[in-house]
Amino acid sequence: MVRFTLNGKPVSAQSEDSTPLLWVIRDELKLTGTKYGCGVAQCGACTVHIDGKAVRSCVTTVGSVKGAKVTTIEGLAPNASHPLQKAWIAEQVPQCGYCQSGQIMKAAELLAANPKPSRTDIVSHMDGNICRCGTYHRIIAAIERASKEA
Amino acid sequence: MDRRDFLKSTGALSFAIALAGDKLELVSAANAATGQKINAWVSIAADGTVNILSPGAEMGQGSMTSLALIVAEEMDADWSKVKIEFAPAEVNVYGYTFQNAKGMAIVGSRAVMLYFNDLRTAGAQVRKVLVANAAQKWGVDASSLTTEPGFVVDGSGRKLSYGEIASFATVPSPLPTVDKSELKTKDQHRLIGKATPRRDIPAKVNGSAQYAMDVQLPGMVYATVRHAPVHGAAPESWNEAKVKAMKGVIRTVKLPDGVAVIATSLPAAMAARNALEVKWNKGAAAGYDSEAALMKTYEQVHADPAAKTQTLEAKGDAKAAFSNAAKVYKAEFRSDYGYHAQMEPLNAVARLNDAGNHIEVWEGTQDPASSRTAIADAIGFKEDQVTLHQCYMGGGFGRRSLGDYSAEAARIAKEAKRPVKLVWTREEDMQYGMFRPQSFQCLQAAQDASGKVVGWSHCVVGDGGVLLQTGIRPIYYQIPNTHIESRGTSHGIRLKHWRGVGHVFNVFAIESLVDQMAVDANMDPIEFRLERMNPTPRARAVFEKVRDLSNWNTPRPEGRALGVSVSERSGSLGAGVAEVSIDKSTGKIKVHKAWVAVDGGLVVQPEMARRNIESGILYGVSSVLHERVTIKEGAVQQSNFHDYHVLRMSDIPETMEVAFVDRDAAPSGLGEIGNPWVAAAVASAVFRLTGKRLYHMPFTPERVKATLSA
Repeated sequence: MVRFTLNGKPVSAQSEDSTPLLWVIRDELKLTGTKYGCGVAQCGACTVHIDGKAVRSCVTTVGSVKGAKVTTIEGLAPNASHPLQKAWIAEQVPQCGYCQSGQIMKAAELLAANPKPSRTDIVSHMDGNICRCGTYHRIIAAIERASKEA
Repeated sequence: MDRRDFLKSTGALSFAIALAGDKLELVSAANAATGQKINAWVSIAADGTVNILSPGAEMGQGSMTSLALIVAEEMDADWSKVKIEFAPAEVNVYGYTFQNAKGMAIVGSRAVMLYFNDLRTAGAQVRKVLVANAAQKWGVDASSLTTEPGFVVDGSGRKLSYGEIASFATVPSPLPTVDKSELKTKDQHRLIGKATPRRDIPAKVNGSAQYAMDVQLPGMVYATVRHAPVHGAAPESWNEAKVKAMKGVIRTVKLPDGVAVIATSLPAAMAARNALEVKWNKGAAAGYDSEAALMKTYEQVHADPAAKTQTLEAKGDAKAAFSNAAKVYKAEFRSDYGYHAQMEPLNAVARLNDAGNHIEVWEGTQDPASSRTAIADAIGFKEDQVTLHQCYMGGGFGRRSLGDYSAEAARIAKEAKRPVKLVWTREEDMQYGMFRPQSFQCLQAAQDASGKVVGWSHCVVGDGGVLLQTGIRPIYYQIPNTHIESRGTSHGIRLKHWRGVGHVFNVFAIESLVDQMAVDANMDPIEFRLERMNPTPRARAVFEKVRDLSNWNTPRPEGRALGVSVSERSGSLGAGVAEVSIDKSTGKIKVHKAWVAVDGGLVVQPEMARRNIESGILYGVSSVLHERVTIKEGAVQQSNFHDYHVLRMSDIPETMEVAFVDRDAAPSGLGEIGNPWVAAAVASAVFRLTGKRLYHMPFTPERVKATLSA
């Protein structure tokens, strides 16, 4: 059993320590906003925060987050009020939407450390997150908007 | 909330519009509530809530919103009070009519195009009934009344809300007819043509959007599958005892084309899948080598007079045009297999009832009706024993219209006798993919003494039938003498529509040859098309528009060049320009800017359409520069995103601009007009930069380097 904090609440996972955090979050703790895309840290759809740092939950074992603060898209901000979530709506970013939880979580890490990122900063930070619908330009625009409005 | 709950909770619902067979029928709430099988497009509650069922499967293209918006526009609904739900998988009720058949498949980017007339007629009928009821209540002539969003109004300022009317309305039978002249004209639109936000977006930024992947059922177990690495093979035996002994594994299930593992968790199922050792029989694709086929076999097929040939178009006298030609051009092109790479690996959830005579399946599908049929066929059910719950799709791109994976989930659930969530690994999704076929193209063009192109021949060789053939007719040029054919062979590889289908490689070939002739004539490539290719008026318009949009005649920075190309798809026409540079030492091509001018008739949701076309451009750039599936010994060699490269943020053009030609015509498809033009435009720009032409897509750095040093 692994105890950690999930979106501000203490939880205990029954899954074995070696289980990828992704499946613990989705199937055991029933928060399905975090997505499975590749299983090998190649696409970023499963991105969550561990103590504020964006990580790929598909290759992170639940055992490794013992005592840590894990944040998913559901817990990023109360009522989806994070400046990025608002900007994502304003810019109408998502198409199929499947990668967007991961995109937003990755972008939130950037803005927390660098509130006024340049386009180059944005691209180099976001480059590991694949969006097959090709919403990249809108993602950039939304991050820039959130950066201005935050 | 399902519709039945909606009926109960509102109570005052008084009528519903249903499409029965080919006709819209208006039925009373009493009928709707008493179990008579009614499937309403529109229901109006006493509180004014308008419930619209949308048959627009939602994979990111926005049809779920735009189809409902078309209904709301004609009925003059208050959009803020409109709720949208997916229409049930009832093809006879909710299907469109296309090529004399009913269908619900959201494919070929045709959702708006095929539903437009039915849905606006439905909306107009609802409005007419609302107006008639208000007229009766007030004792005035219906023709003296108008509507504004959510209200019927008369000249004196009296108003009745749609909700109020719904509480007393009676419904005539048959429904009032709607003449075309009664439908709104473009200048009367309040919703169509405006920047209305998509309804699915809020749920896609907070994690609440439901994909089939996210469905959770009580008592649910998990399954994944190892499919035959050689397409077409079936399992003979496997290490059942070892796999079954693994932690969390419940059992294995033999499938026609694979072995499923059922376990208490997905990671347990996936681990068991990795441990499976399966003995396969000889599959249809056994021994197949895709590169050998593409580089050698197809040339033989092309040269073989006995090859299976299908003539696709024979206009005028192509033979005579070529024998009388002042100049003949020939070129050959190749294109590799392409993989859809939708972000959501294929999955479905299935639950058989206790009596074993009804199954529910949750799937994100481009074609709910086909899924239902596939599920029923797989487990020996009739279609009415199948309920399909449509979910959002994490991308579709043509892969998800067969219901193959939901049929597989049904088979597994039937064996498991428990609800099952089936999830393919990314590796399965890729290696057991259904691909855009590879192809070999031979083209010839004949010019008369004035340099005009008067003869055209195009032969596409490969496996895939119609998948090879779409987009092969250059209908944007009025060439008097043509001979267009396809030559087929078979490899046993699973193939499927892939965004733009055959347009992707056919347009690459067509427009590259046109560019080659422009270069040879020492003419500007747009000028060449306008002067020598006899474009249709619509084609002329998009070329002229993209010339302006891209400032075509303005010099570019050192090391960059432009290429242009055109494509049609599902009634739309688009001309695109790409600004390109190349690193000659690495062979790496960069697309810096892209402009597309599109004639799509009436554009229902312009902002959404713009994004859809931008999406197409990037899908095109990705496939043209990177994407490649190869097959050795019958097995796919790539397995995940590390060896199947799709476009990432650092690869994108700096800017993309999409402009619409203003033309008063019915809507046509826009989801696939963004990508087929890209290949030829990029190859033409590379020719301007290097003097070398690329004949084989994708233009990977290694391939480009080889071309440059040849």
